[in-house]
Amino acid sequence: MIGRLWAIAYNTFREAVRDRVLYNLILFALLIVGSSALFGQISIEINRIVLINLGLTAISLFGIVIAIFIGIGLVSKEIEKRTLYTVLAARPVRRWEFITGKFLGLVMTLTVNALLMSAGFFAAVMYVSHGLGRGDLQLVVAIYFILLEFVLITALALLFSTFSTPVFSSIFAFAIFAVGTFAQDLRGFASMTPGMTRWIMTGASYLVPNFASLNVISQVAHDTAVDPKLILLNTLYVLIYAAAVMTASVWIFERRNLK
Amino acid sequence: MTRDLRIQTSYALLLAALLAASALLVRQVDRVRADEPLQEVLYIPSPKVVERMSLGYSGLLADIYWTRVVQYFGSKHQAKAKQYLILEPLLDMTTTLDPKLLPAYEFGSVFLAQKPPEGAGSPQGAARLVEKGIRENPASWKLYYDLGYIYWLELKDPLRAADAFERGSKIPGAHPWMRVMAAALTGHAGETETAIYMWTNIYESSDDKVLKANALNRLQCLRVDSEVKILQDRVDEFTKQNGRTPTAWQELISIGLLRRTPVDPKGNLYRLVDGRVQVAQPDLFPFIVRGLPPGQESGDLPGTSGLKIVKK
Repeated sequence: MIGRLWAIAYNTFREAVRDRVLYNLILFALLIVGSSALFGQISIEINRIVLINLGLTAISLFGIVIAIFIGIGLVSKEIEKRTLYTVLAARPVRRWEFITGKFLGLVMTLTVNALLMSAGFFAAVMYVSHGLGRGDLQLVVAIYFILLEFVLITALALLFSTFSTPVFSSIFAFAIFAVGTFAQDLRGFASMTPGMTRWIMTGASYLVPNFASLNVISQVAHDTAVDPKLILLNTLYVLIYAAAVMTASVWIFERRNLK
Repeated sequence: MTRDLRIQTSYALLLAALLAASALLVRQVDRVRADEPLQEVLYIPSPKVVERMSLGYSGLLADIYWTRVVQYFGSKHQAKAKQYLILEPLLDMTTTLDPKLLPAYEFGSVFLAQKPPEGAGSPQGAARLVEKGIRENPASWKLYYDLGYIYWLELKDPLRAADAFERGSKIPGAHPWMRVMAAALTGHAGETETAIYMWTNIYESSDDKVLKANALNRLQCLRVDSEVKILQDRVDEFTKQNGRTPTAWQELISIGLLRRTPVDPKGNLYRLVDGRVQVAQPDLFPFIVRGLPPGQESGDLPGTSGLKIVKK
């Protein structure tokens, strides 16, 4: 089973790496990260803050765009090219293994991309700050949270990919990402509404992915330490939420008539 | 040259020519648009809406708005504008998107407080901005320092200034002279001694050459203010004793009211014009409130005339 999962994950990674669009996006992100060092100079006293905000936002947003655009095609492309039938019929691969392998492959791709972009980011930080200090460890925490964002958005893109067309999947994925950034606000709104609506709103606010708590970019830009408890809780939350979304994906995919 | 190479060269030359032409056109467009008024518009006036639209990336948006503040202020300042219509809303937007962005409070309050054309001439707006900063960053003693100066020098409210210095002085790490300033302002609101104390502190505690030179100039102006007051008292005393105004310093020296001919900190003789003491070259002392030629007198407190708030 592990071997089959690895084979699918590795193939997904290889396919993604071959995609030229991916390189363009990474190059563009690196350019933005690099230019942020210059951008900071036209503001007063905030060179480093601009660099961190712009650099980490670029890593996060470009990663999310890559996750969505590759994630939505993972299943539909295979169906379109009819390669899925070959994989599932001719080889001893179960449907859940196929979906999980695709998920792991894309997460692997995004991790490698993020590491590449982070290398550029840290080079820019070293240039602006003339070196790295202990406080810069917080930047690693922010990048780790960005990777957790990628895990969530990949799972969601894959979920939509199992039952919808690529165009609708991308719309759904972007929409759920946007709503997820308002998760805390939704709970605030819910507390202001009366009766049944309150319960429905509260339930909905807990169901949407909580992207808000994964964004600590502003915090680390001001050298404010991230609570270690938050690191643990966010990690557990993303693992559980991604597992739930993957379960839904597998469930839908198992029921889908592929003939 | 082969045919293929000729074609490639032609394409390259055409591309270069077109790009050069477009660059020239952009220069012309810039010239045409140079006289257009600055857009005094905030397309989305609500900071909360912009914050929601940022999808969590509000820090970056705050940096962009802060850059816009700097550029807006710079362009208006350069044009010697009398009004800075969107400066305060832009600063509110910036600090709502990133409440921890201390330079926005520190520099933004200076931009707001200074009188036009140096700034927006809104010391109340500056105080509001810094008070917002204090609410969001209660551990930053520098914001209390800024607030104290705004109340003291811009709003001429030494008691509220003393309160700000006092509150700031209780924050760990605050500069020790915050407490002294609070005490000095409470007891001697607006006196020259307080101003001398402040500028001496700034002169001694700063490493910035420009700031040091500015503080030294302020101290010299304060010395002029102080000397002119003393000299004027002596002149008035002479007038009282003799029933006429003196025409030269020598008259005061001869009856023992002065020991020697008085000179200002730049080495020029003080002038005596119709019984009034004046400095010889007022341009050398831009911040004095005494000793100015008729029609140029200021109603400001000593040491605070035309004062721009300074950063430590």
